[in-house]
Amino acid sequence: MKRDRTMACIAVVLIALAVGAPLVPSWVVFIGIISLAKGLVVLGLLVLWRTGLVSFGQSLYYALGAYAVGLAYRHTGLTDAFVAVALAAAVAGVVAFVLGFLLAGYRDLFFAMLSLAFAMILYGVLVKSETLGSTDGFAIPVPTFAGFKPGGADAQGNQIMLFVFTAICTFAACYVAQRYLASTAGHLTTAIRDNEIRVEYLGYSVKRAIHTKYVLAAMFAGIGGALVSMSVGHIDPEMAYWTTAGEFVFVAILSGPASVAAPFVGSILFELTRSYAMEYTPHTWHLVLGAALLIVIMFLPNGLWSLFRKSARAT
Amino acid sequence: MLTLVAISVDGLVYAAWLFLVAVGLTLILGVMRVLNVAHGGFYSFGAYTAAWGIGIYFDRGWPAAGSFFVLAAAAIAVGLMLGLLIERGLLRWMYDRDEVIIALVTYAVFLILEDAVLLVWGVDPYFAYQPSTLLGNTDIATLPFPNYDLALIALALIVGGILWWVLTFTHRGKILLAVIHDREMSVFLGINVPRVFTVTFVIGAMLGALGGAVTAPIISVTPGIGVEVIVLAFAVVVIGGMGSIAGAAIGSLLVGLAHAAAVHLLPQIELFVIYAVMSLVLALRPRGLFSQAQMRRI
Repeated sequence: MKRDRTMACIAVVLIALAVGAPLVPSWVVFIGIISLAKGLVVLGLLVLWRTGLVSFGQSLYYALGAYAVGLAYRHTGLTDAFVAVALAAAVAGVVAFVLGFLLAGYRDLFFAMLSLAFAMILYGVLVKSETLGSTDGFAIPVPTFAGFKPGGADAQGNQIMLFVFTAICTFAACYVAQRYLASTAGHLTTAIRDNEIRVEYLGYSVKRAIHTKYVLAAMFAGIGGALVSMSVGHIDPEMAYWTTAGEFVFVAILSGPASVAAPFVGSILFELTRSYAMEYTPHTWHLVLGAALLIVIMFLPNGLWSLFRKSARAT
Repeated sequence: MLTLVAISVDGLVYAAWLFLVAVGLTLILGVMRVLNVAHGGFYSFGAYTAAWGIGIYFDRGWPAAGSFFVLAAAAIAVGLMLGLLIERGLLRWMYDRDEVIIALVTYAVFLILEDAVLLVWGVDPYFAYQPSTLLGNTDIATLPFPNYDLALIALALIVGGILWWVLTFTHRGKILLAVIHDREMSVFLGINVPRVFTVTFVIGAMLGALGGAVTAPIISVTPGIGVEVIVLAFAVVVIGGMGSIAGAAIGSLLVGLAHAAAVHLLPQIELFVIYAVMSLVLALRPRGLFSQAQMRRI
């Protein structure tokens, strides 16, 4: 087997980005944070997609992560990024662990629809909670890093620090996902997609494998939501709405399931396209996105990643 | 007592509306096994065409009663045009792909239709209240209800009745049932399955557009109305069991009454009661209320 250099490449690219961050305008840094953070959610979708499952409700964990950060600040004044991200991952993970017992028994469209229903329930609850600002949401402050606040009042320094932090989270998540997919349990996932009953005959529990993936995907989504909320400085129930989840699925299809790096490339392209389309053609950017999605599905069934690597096309 | 009357009438009206919106979706899903996200686009196109047509109709000062035909004509025109275009031009190249991928293709179509609406009709809201005010109100136990809303119940019964009659008693209906039951076998029996697909999709699109057209007089037609409708229709279809017309009817009733009860008794849960019902039903009956047993392939 050829040695996999994916992780080394990811590390080099992320370090280069982190070093370059102070040199570029702040809006680029901002788009970088958002792309990587949303890429984390898509990475979770990729882990699920390898089994043939598509969740139309990752916005549930995305919003949970963000609200975990927001509520922790409101009630305890917590602004530390490390604790916040750990908390978001824990909340998302616990909720996914509980819901997973039910969801792991569902496949195909039923899995997609049930996960969507859970996300919509959270949306309904958040919109109706007036103490949490209802549809307006509420603001959360600039994060600190283990008591250290780089740049002081200077927002630019903080965004750069947050970008570096996001890059570290991204690397860690990629590492976990890569290790998981390369393990025996990870290799089982493709087998589950192809033929579930035979996997059961081999003595493995399909349900447990899917449950594990679901929790992993939820934790990634929670971390992504926490990072976005700290970068934007504001959270609202829209994060749980189904269109947000649809956007993640969109990026997942765009990127393709071939590599753990693909979601981040897809996410960066998506955010850039969106920024420019919103700027120049505010009324037709959905049209642009829809057309792009159609083209990718028709001509690049394995996503944009198959442009980079010939071998990815074979899978 | 009054609350009870209000809950049941409101619930029935909402159920009728849900059924009209969801029945096209469940038809397409049952026959073609396509989860058609573009249904929300048909809905908003139907609503806009109807509102725009009614605006013109009343500007000309033509007899007011004829405006109901404008609604029907809008639905048929939109369904025929978009349905043919999308099924013949796009979907038929996709049938060999995964169900979820086809759903995403229709999601892309939905995104495109959303902006097409903006390009054709702009961002300003349209109003087409005339057909609704025309009919006046009826008092039920001293509570006034708009007759237009009650007419929606009648329309839902008619649409559901026609579909049931076609599927149960006609030759074409039998063909459709054969395709739903076993696509491959119906090809062997000499059924022109691609044509059945096209006809089904066009009828489904017409029903979606009809849902939008009859809603236009009671809302202000603004951009983005399809976004919420599509998830509501999904919820109803999933509760009923995918592809079952009877299931869609029962699902609409359940959701409609639950929603009306929540609005009147416990407004805090109004927004998500539908999804709560859906989760509950799926937890107890994993494939919905009216679903066929699935074959397991080894």
